Amino acid sequence: MQAWHFTEMPYPDLPPLETLSTMRVSIPSKLFDPQRGADLYNRYLDEYMIADDLGLNLLLNEHHQTATCIDACAPLTAAILARQTRKGRICILGNPVANRGDPIRIAEEMAMIDCISRGRLDVGFVRGVPYEVFAANSNPTQTLERLWEGIDLAIKAWTTHDGPFNFEGQFTHKRAINLWPRPYQTPHPQVWITGSSDIENIKKSASRGLVFATFLQPHEKVRWMFEGYRSAFMDTGMPGGGGTAYMPLVFTADNQADAEKGAKALTWYLDAKSEPQFTNPPGYVPVDTNVLALKGKFAGRTAAMRNQSIEFLKDQGVLIYGTPDDVAAQIKRLYNLVGGFDHLLMMQQAGHLDHKSTVASMSLFAREVYPQVRDLPRTRALNAKVAAE
Amino acid sequence: MAKAARSREKFKLGSVEIETVMCGEGRPLLLLAGEEQLEFDHPFIDDLARDHRVIMPSPPGFGRSPRPDWFTNTDDIAYVYLDLARKLALKDAVVAGFAHGGWIAAEMAVKDDSFMSKLVLTGAYGVKTGGPYDVDIADIWIAHPSKVVAMKWADPARGKRDFSAMNDDELTVVAQNIETFARYCWEPYMHNPKLRHRLHRISTPALFIWGEKDGMTSPAYGRAYAGLVPGAKFTAIADAGHYPHLEQNAAFMKAFRDFIA
Repeated sequence: MQAWHFTEMPYPDLPPLETLSTMRVSIPSKLFDPQRGADLYNRYLDEYMIADDLGLNLLLNEHHQTATCIDACAPLTAAILARQTRKGRICILGNPVANRGDPIRIAEEMAMIDCISRGRLDVGFVRGVPYEVFAANSNPTQTLERLWEGIDLAIKAWTTHDGPFNFEGQFTHKRAINLWPRPYQTPHPQVWITGSSDIENIKKSASRGLVFATFLQPHEKVRWMFEGYRSAFMDTGMPGGGGTAYMPLVFTADNQADAEKGAKALTWYLDAKSEPQFTNPPGYVPVDTNVLALKGKFAGRTAAMRNQSIEFLKDQGVLIYGTPDDVAAQIKRLYNLVGGFDHLLMMQQAGHLDHKSTVASMSLFAREVYPQVRDLPRTRALNAKVAAE
Repeated sequence: MAKAARSREKFKLGSVEIETVMCGEGRPLLLLAGEEQLEFDHPFIDDLARDHRVIMPSPPGFGRSPRPDWFTNTDDIAYVYLDLARKLALKDAVVAGFAHGGWIAAEMAVKDDSFMSKLVLTGAYGVKTGGPYDVDIADIWIAHPSKVVAMKWADPARGKRDFSAMNDDELTVVAQNIETFARYCWEPYMHNPKLRHRLHRISTPALFIWGEKDGMTSPAYGRAYAGLVPGAKFTAIADAGHYPHLEQNAAFMKAFRDFIA
């Protein structure tokens, strides 16, 4: 199992949350102090460099127009880390190709970062969470179709080395696609994708050898998704790699009291406020899910984890906290509950959790927890063909 | 008012299939519902069916008309509806469109209005009247849902829909309509930049009937829109929002019948 450090790079210094209707999309930028922002960017980058020194991999993502994540351009942060770190793998999870609408530009950026990092890049693609369609002004329908067209085109661009080709697809038209540079890794960096409900999409990811990642979901649902992924492995073989990844919030401390304090700080992320129109734009989820929404039985994909106790979240596997042995035990429990997984994506910083606490937690994890879970077998061995080889 | 029996028919037009609700006998009235499709069962349809053959199609992706992948905008619907008019051999037809249906009617009329005798647009979308920083049509997708109802109805209580009284089949239509409306109208938001430059082609007498309290497409927007159609008239209905035909039906029907007579 590989462990990854992650922060969404929050800007937590907001007025009291009860005075805000949303932290996303329409929150005015007068609440962003550039001096404070500069400190935060540099602090979060420092923490990624410390994580690299500690032997952790580095996971990045991007969001737009939100105080929960000021990494508005993850390729920039990945490029900085490609140059400033030496060991860890770097993954953007992910490039919002369905919203950004330019798969070739993304393929170029990723190829450059892969070269600068000398092949330490994994490339995630996401269709984007619901509220992202507002900042991008991308149509909230057909997001999956745009996502897959973008992934396929990026891979085609990375793997074509004999001069230009044209593409006239459903959403993208390009003339004379001819990437310079090509990626450092051959045939191309490992591709990752995210999901939270669409099982057919998960199986499609598996059949193409993509790493499938899911975030902050209850363990029963994670197991359901991972089993769907693994069944597709069995059905189709596993071209080119693949694996499963799960993101909980993680806080490791010397004692239980500090662990609980850190855990509570991390839940700031789960309780982020948003207005209802941003959580389910028209056509983002399938029609049958929106039928449930009309009946009042669906309020967004993360609703079940909002405003819950840390004990509840711990039981669900969404929040992992405690002393090192306790954290290792919780990871092993989760591993067994979901049928195993390959990448532990740790949101180790959120909200007001300060630099000192964040670094203490990640250092303790790297020193005392990681050795206990690093050798948990990769689930890729479940694949019949690979196991036989 | 006796309820006029509705029939549902499916028409295959090229590769596209659309469902059409029909009732009544007489002069053809192509009635293009708004995106919420609140019109089909309303009593004013029964009134119109006394002396009209009322034809109410559902665009692909609305009602029970399937949505082809290549269908992306309102212009696409106009071509299919022109095919429908040809298939039904419509002549001397009144074409009335509400909200999104009004936009479809305008897109049809700029292409071919030879079968139309009167054109009535109510709360129609379709054109941009202001500059790039002007929000000509209130943005229903960025606003809080409670504000959207108040944009559309002079009396917001009228806008509450009781989804608990609907079965899954009806709710599926509602959800599908919401999704399809976004597919076609998200960007450019509720308009076709080309349409305003084509409206001069309309020679059918046109009337714009507008709610005085329309908070989505304001009366100023409606007047500007009407000003782009040669000879078009504009009538405002008091105490009505975006759906004057539903909210002040008597006043609407008087204006409507006076014009189409």
